[in-house]
Amino acid sequence: MHSNSYGAEVAAAIARQKDKPGALLPLLHDIQDRLGYVPPDALPAIARALNLSRAEVHGVVSFYHHFRSTRPGRHVLRICRAEACQAMGADELLSHVESSLKAKTGETSKDGRFTLEAVYCLGNCACSPAVMIDNDLHGRVTPQRFDELVK
Amino acid sequence: MTTVYVSRDSSALSLGAEAVARAIAGRGARVVRTGSRGMFWLEPLVEVETPQGRIAYGPVTPAEVPALLDGKLQHLCLGPTEEIPYLKKQERLTFARVGLVDPLSVEDYAANGGWLGLNRARAMEPAAIVQAVIDSGLRGRGGAGFPTGIKWKTVLNAAADQKYIVCNADEGDSGTFSDRMLMEGDPFVLIEGMAIAGLAVGATKGYIYVRSEYPYAEATLIQAIGLSRRHLGQFELEVRRGAGAYICGEETSLLESLEGKRGQVRFKPPLPAVAGLFGKPTVINNVISLASVPLILDRGPDFYKNYGMGRSRGTLPFQLAGNIKRGGLVERAFGMTLRELLYDYGGGSASGRPIRAVQVGGPLGAYLPESQFDTPLDYEAFAAIGAMLGHGGIVAFDDTVDMAKMARYAMEFCAIESCGKCTPCRIGSTRGVEVVDKIIRNEEREKNITLLRDLSDTMLHGSLCALGGLTPYPVLSALNHFEEDFHAV
Repeated sequence: MHSNSYGAEVAAAIARQKDKPGALLPLLHDIQDRLGYVPPDALPAIARALNLSRAEVHGVVSFYHHFRSTRPGRHVLRICRAEACQAMGADELLSHVESSLKAKTGETSKDGRFTLEAVYCLGNCACSPAVMIDNDLHGRVTPQRFDELVK
Repeated sequence: MTTVYVSRDSSALSLGAEAVARAIAGRGARVVRTGSRGMFWLEPLVEVETPQGRIAYGPVTPAEVPALLDGKLQHLCLGPTEEIPYLKKQERLTFARVGLVDPLSVEDYAANGGWLGLNRARAMEPAAIVQAVIDSGLRGRGGAGFPTGIKWKTVLNAAADQKYIVCNADEGDSGTFSDRMLMEGDPFVLIEGMAIAGLAVGATKGYIYVRSEYPYAEATLIQAIGLSRRHLGQFELEVRRGAGAYICGEETSLLESLEGKRGQVRFKPPLPAVAGLFGKPTVINNVISLASVPLILDRGPDFYKNYGMGRSRGTLPFQLAGNIKRGGLVERAFGMTLRELLYDYGGGSASGRPIRAVQVGGPLGAYLPESQFDTPLDYEAFAAIGAMLGHGGIVAFDDTVDMAKMARYAMEFCAIESCGKCTPCRIGSTRGVEVVDKIIRNEEREKNITLLRDLSDTMLHGSLCALGGLTPYPVLSALNHFEEDFHAV
């Protein structure tokens, strides 16, 4: 069924999740937690396992900002763009990050180290601006502090 | 051995609390990890146990730890934690234990009033539990302010083979973090509240839908559920992770998402209380609503009701965020003014410049100018000035803010997050960005301002849910109160 390297991972995730009520989101999370993204050619197997159409699965993957369809860099860097962070210079921080990584929001830096994503609120609004690197949250991130974080 | 308390709240961790805790443990002291006291300008806050109670120091760096433990860090000493005015002047009901206890210690929880509400509920008839919640005056803390007990009553009276309790922990509003703090700092109180809701309406299964941006809260909840199983009886609880869609904070979208679908808003009726998750009667409440229930059952509805004003009873954990000197969590009864919160607690802006605008209630809340800072924090008083309290998030901006840009952002955010089901929101938001751009560029200015008001009116009255329906609030309040920013540069 899967000739690619992640086939076994996808099959294992399906086996773990498919019997839950409303299994699709837990399953997509399980796959992305392991692979970093949801490979488009895993969708037919997911659809079959949950008795859905491929279009329905694609519709869900593409609806949610969290799910990626391409492999990210080694780290995912999420920058908050919401109001509280804007009030503390998030726009300036984002310009700094984009120019220092030489990657725009949604892109991966050339060295493959970081994928830059925008996020709307990390719940760290009293310590703005906020950035999340993989699952680690950082607060009061000035451009200088950012440079230290990614050094 | 000295006992030292250091927070494990994500905000504290985001400021380096982990390294501080490690440095303290490395020097041989006993470290207890707690939630945060909600005084984030002082994080990493360290509290040292003494015969006089806990003494606070902060913000502490790892390099200062040796001096701290040798009693030589007097310049960062804040005195007894409970005497710090920011905390002392609060009315902490729902957040009573947050920052005080180890969030994953069932013993700490039980020793500090935990499980009392649930034990009391076990001895009551379901209808009596529902009545107690109605009598307390508790209204939905997610933002809509609908009476919690009335929701429960509808579910109680619905006949079904299966009912559900769903906790909406998809706290997507910018400027809000009280749900997160509670889930990380006192998860058992939420679990207890959900178990009480289960008893009240006859539901045996509960889901907590946590946003994917809150990995620490999710991990804490999963551990806490495992630790509290023997208190839950028949009630089964499961954590589900959201996937970055703001709209899933809307209750019917959340239910769609839990069912494994695109988070698109449902038409109402039927209400979720009648046909909710998987078509079954469902109680869906915000984290703070559910976490307020154990206390109401334990101390009685009158105890809770005696806080607050008018039809806004009890307390609200306000969250001070953005450009504010002392950002954090302030739980107070309804009724104090925004000015008190911004200046007495918040200490003014972080930048030291005048506070020019404040957005209350998240990205769909109105921007208030200084002339409205004396409005009491009460659902009805805010509605009367065309604003809303929402989930209690307060974001301050200093005088460098460009309000035309903020109005444009409100439309842009709506366009990014629209579920696409209804036209006023899906298309109106994109057209809204374009119209604001034209006004900023001074292109047929008067005509476009009329158009923007007209479009806002369509969105307000024609949208299916609050996203499209309330986006005009920040847009129009920016235009009405800060029109000078909409002039061409």
